[in-house]
This record gives sequence, C-alpha cells and structure tokens, in this order.
Amino acid sequence: MLMRHRSTQDEVPRDALPMAAGVRARRTSDFAVFAAVVAACAGAVAFLVHAEDQRLVLSTLVACGIAWFAAARFRVIAAVERGAAGHPWPTRLVLVAACLGILVVLREDNFGLLMLATVLIYATVCLGLTIQLGYAGLSNFCAAAFLGCGGYTAAALGQAEGIAIPDLAGILLGGAVAVAIGSLLVLPLLRTRGHYAALTTLAFGVMFNVFLDANEMLGGPQGLKLAPITLFGWDFSNDLSLFGMTFSFYANYVLLCLALTAAALALVGLLDRSWIGIRLDAVRLDEVAAQVFGLRIARWKILAFTLGNVLAGMAGAIYAKMTGFIAPNNFTLGDSLMMVSIVILGGIGNRWGVLPAALIVVLLPEKLQFIQEYRLLLFAVLVILVLVLSPSGLLPRRTRTLVAGRQA
Amino acid sequence: MSALAAAPAILEAKGLSVRFGGLFALNALDLTVRRGEVLGLIGPNGSGKTTFFNVTSGIYPAAAGTIVLDGRDITREPAHALAGLGLARTFQRSRLCLPLSVFDNIALGAQERLPQGVIDNLLRRRTLTRTVAALAEEARDLARLFNPDLAQRLDEPAVALGMIDRRRVEICRALIGRPKILLLDEPSAGMTHDETNQLIDEILDVQRSRGDLTVIIVEHEMGLIERITDRCVVLNYGRKICEGHFREVAADPTVREAYLGHS
Ligand SMILES: Nc1ncnc2c1ncn2[C@@H]1O[C@H](COP(=O)(O)OP(=O)(O)OP(=O)(O)O)[C@@H](O)[C@H]1O
Ligand SMILES: [Mg+2]
Repeated sequence: MLMRHRSTQDEVPRDALPMAAGVRARRTSDFAVFAAVVAACAGAVAFLVHAEDQRLVLSTLVACGIAWFAAARFRVIAAVERGAAGHPWPTRLVLVAACLGILVVLREDNFGLLMLATVLIYATVCLGLTIQLGYAGLSNFCAAAFLGCGGYTAAALGQAEGIAIPDLAGILLGGAVAVAIGSLLVLPLLRTRGHYAALTTLAFGVMFNVFLDANEMLGGPQGLKLAPITLFGWDFSNDLSLFGMTFSFYANYVLLCLALTAAALALVGLLDRSWIGIRLDAVRLDEVAAQVFGLRIARWKILAFTLGNVLAGMAGAIYAKMTGFIAPNNFTLGDSLMMVSIVILGGIGNRWGVLPAALIVVLLPEKLQFIQEYRLLLFAVLVILVLVLSPSGLLPRRTRTLVAGRQA
Repeated sequence: MSALAAAPAILEAKGLSVRFGGLFALNALDLTVRRGEVLGLIGPNGSGKTTFFNVTSGIYPAAAGTIVLDGRDITREPAHALAGLGLARTFQRSRLCLPLSVFDNIALGAQERLPQGVIDNLLRRRTLTRTVAALAEEARDLARLFNPDLAQRLDEPAVALGMIDRRRVEICRALIGRPKILLLDEPSAGMTHDETNQLIDEILDVQRSRGDLTVIIVEHEMGLIERITDRCVVLNYGRKICEGHFREVAADPTVREAYLGHS
C-alpha cells in the first residue's frame, strides 16, 4: 500500500522465478536506506520545529533543500520508495517510531507541538485535495472554507446550551457538514471545467467568508470560542504522562491529528491502488474516453469531492478545538491557495509529498518572523523554485504498477 | 458473403441526422451492419465518418433518427451505458491516458467486470488482488496477440510506447470488454505504411479468432479497405452515396467523383 515505484526494464514476472538472492539483498538495503532517511527527516523536523535562531533555521532549511535535491539526483528517493514498498509493515513501524521520537524530543515545547499539529491538519486537508485535484482533477480553491465548515460546526455545537454532543461525534459531524455545504458546489463543478470550475470554487470561498463575517450567530468577524476536546473521558487540556515523561497537553492534539492524518493517508493509498483510483485518473485525464468505456463521470467526481471534503471538515473541527478560537480570517482565500500550493509543491497526486510540503509552508512563516508580511511572496518564490528544479514537485507521482504488485 | 448477408443486423441506423448549427454532419443516414461483418466506412474529409462513431457511442446527440444495437434502441442512451451493451471504439486521435500504465489503460475497458462499490474497492483487498491478477492475465493474452513484447510492458506508462503500440493498447482496451461491435476510427493515423499493414493484419487475426465480432473501420488507405472489408459504405457531406463490396463501390462514378478520383 505504500509507494509506487518505477518499473524497470529488467523486471521478470514475479511468479516466474523464485526471488533471486541479489534482489532480496537489494530490497533489504533499500529498506535500510528508507529507515535511515526517515530517521534523518525526523531529526531535521524536530530540530527545525524547536530551533529559535532564525539564521540557524534558514541554514538548516537550505541544507535540507540541498540534501533533498541530492537525494533525488542520486536516486536515494527511489531507493527509499522501493524500500518502503517492499516492506509495508516494517515501514509503518518505522514511521510510527519516527513520530513518537519527534514527540518525545518536543514534549515540553508548547509552540512546537502546536505547529506540528497544524502541519498535520494542513496535510490532512491536502490529502483530501489530492483526491479531488490530484486524482479526479477537480479544481478546489476553497479548501479553507471546508476546513471552516468543520471548525464552525464544532464551535456551534459548543455554543448550543443543553445538548451535549461528544467531541468525537462533533468531529465526524464537522466532516458531514463540510460535505453538505460542499454539495452546493456539486452542480457547478459538474457543469464547469478548468478555469471556470476554478473560478466557481474561488467565488464560493469568498462567499463563505462574507457569510461568516456577516452572521452574528456565528460570532461575526469576532469569531467564536471553543472548549478543549474531551475524548473518551480524557480532557485534552491535561498534560500527558507517559513512560515517566511529561508531555505538554498539546501532545494530545498532535496524537489525534497524527491518527487523522494516518487514516487519511491510508484512505488515499487504498483509493489509489483500487479500481476507483484508476477511474478517477481516467476522469481527470480524458473524460470522453472514460465515458465511452462506461464510467459515470458525475458519480466519480462526486465521490472524490465528498471524500476530500470529509477530510477537510474533520480536520477543521479538530483545528478549531485545538486553537480554542476561530474567526473568519482563519479560513480565507489565501489559506485555500496555500493548501493548493502544498499539493503542487509536494507533487500532485503523491500522497507522501504533502507531508514535507505542509511542513515547509506552515513552518516557514512562523519560524522566519521577518518574512511574516511576505508570506505569500515566499510561497510563490518557493513554489516556483521547486517547480523549476523539479517540475513535478518534491515527490513526483509514480506510475501505478498493479501487475507487479507492491513488491519488485 | 452470402452467409453474412443472412446474418442478423447488429447495428442499425435509420434516418440518422446530426447537426452542428446549420451544418448537417450526418443527414438521414440509413446504415445496417450484420453480425460478424467487417464494414468499411469511407468518404472524404469532413464527410461525417467520425461523427457517425460519435453519435453511435453517445458523445453527440442525434437530431433525428434512431440507432438500434442488437435489437435495443440506443439513440438516447448516455455514453457510459453503451460499453455495457457491447459497443467499443477507438479514436481518430489516440486517446490513451498517457501517464497511466499500459495495464491501467487496458483495464479501463473492462468496467463491467470491475467492482463499483467503495467498500468493495477499499476494503475487499483480496478480491481486488484477484481481479487484478485475472485481468492482467487477460490483458497479457490480448497484448500478445498484437506484440509479445507489449505483453511484457504492462506496468510501463503508456507514454513510453511508440505510436503503433499505443494504437494496439487502444484496441486491447476496446477488446477486453468483449464487445459485440468494435468501431475503429483510422487506426492507421500517425503510422508508417508498414506499421499500418502489420496492425491491420493483427486486427484481422483478432476478428477471425472472435467469430462474431463485428467491426466498422474508418480508413483513408484504400488498399487496406479492399483487403479487409466485407462491404463498404461511402459518405459524402453526411449522406450515404454508395454501398456495396469495395470493388463495386470503387467502380461507382459518384464515388470516384466525390472521393476516390482525387485521392
Ligand atoms: N463538435 C463539432 N462541432 C462542430 N462541427 C463539427 C463537430 N464535429 C464535427 N463537425 C463537423 O462535422 C463534419 C463532419 O466531421 P467528421 O469529423 O465526422 O468528418 P470525418 O468524415 O471523420 O473526416 P476526417 O476524414 O477528416 O476524419 C465536418 O464538417 C466537421 O467540421
Ligand atoms: Mg474522422
């Protein structure tokens, strides 16, 4: 279920021969490379999130960038992908260990943990966008609005006197509301294409914002306050004590966000390596041919749109609960554009790409305070730079190879 | 030939018209294709050949007339319903999903046999693996009919293939759905003379090995049309101007004037 890989010319049908010893050795060494790279990335993430000195952050970032392009150039990334694809369960184990490692290092860094959780929120929304934009080819320039749907659902539930809805249900409801409000856009999305569809969603995002601003019940421009999450009796405003260590209460949110992002990654991965994934690709690449071969275009577009919005809505509910306060200016057009740029930066259609891309896009403006006002300018420069150097993003999408399966 | 003449009609168009504004791209066309036949659809550029394929496969609406496929009126069927009724086609300009693997492209043609439900697709992974294996086997067999080398390249992106292999993949995609009727729109477009001949031989082999497959082929290469068709229909300005065996059609003065004379 992990990464796709490029098929090589010298590949033999898997069932034709027993696996050669050399091949097995290569897979094991690929996996070692994978584990080493994950460890290095985890170290870099923990360091970047924690570091305060702007010059240190900047030089680390530059070093990471150089390392990244070197890795791409010398096929380290390809080896990492092969290593991960060849050992699905050990891969998951390594990833979980890396996440826990980061968490342990940052356990007392409130701001760092908050940022980490925010990165995961954005990554989740962008995984939804990957389904919509990357797979089905649907323009969605109002992802922040769907994030807002979830956030305002959670906030509104908290405002309601007398009814206590468990937070887990609130999060799910956030997803449902995002889908319901998104359904307003289904008809225009089915009837328009390309720039026109993009414009429709753009307009919708602006409308959403204006609506929030004007709506007194939802707090108007002042926004709404939210209480922290309580899940299965555990209040998220408590510090966590685990393995004799104390974790700041934000670790609760990081863990919850991790669970959501992992679920989204699994969903996108399963989708990709299924007949639905092929259908969505066909809808994106050639609607006419897809139709002629029996695809109901509308059905697959609606499915992709719905799945993406569920993820955005759920992420929004958690985000609102975590920050404790939301206002219309948390869900602006700029945020929507930022999400699209994360997807493009990561490599459209590659679900792993959204992780480093979300990290860069969320972390940079926070860390480099002096560019705060130039946030969007920085994204633009960065997106252009990455796309010039690697036109299909940080982690370009690979061809799906179903015949060879995961292995090989 | 005589056996074919007695065979039941598989596709029947009556009074079929397609309009683009004031232009009749097809004008009251009557056309019958019998089961197992190879019908050549010829005519000058812009005479409506592709339009006939497009209206039959549900991409364009008919302004008048009916189309009956195997006894069922399909005039108003949406495009996506037609594959399930046994109609498959290729396109004049190759329409593969280039970034997708050869296998993904071919498998797209087998919609009827693929699980549709979200749960089936996402959670029944074992069934999914089985359908992949079965379809891969079938795709490999089909590709092998054309080119054994192609059968080894199912996991490569279609963009890595040359023109002739792309055409072959397109035809495999059409055939894997086990259609009753196959519409081929200029399969030779963009290929050399030798490649064209090779491809046509391969198509003919496939057609013979599937006794009741009906083929309508649009081509500008008259040598090919002569060699492989049982019968020809000639279009001009959206109207049928002649019909019959290629030799009869080629001798017809109207056809010579409208088409063959200056080609
Ligand atoms: N989508 C469309 N919109 C407007 N006019 C069209 C459209 N499709 C086809 N036509 C017109 O209909 C007529 C028939 O076109 P068609 O493509 O069917 O010709 P053809 O016989 O396939 O020609 P060729 O041999 O060049 O492929 C032409 O005059 C063409 O310009
Ligand atoms: Mg044509």
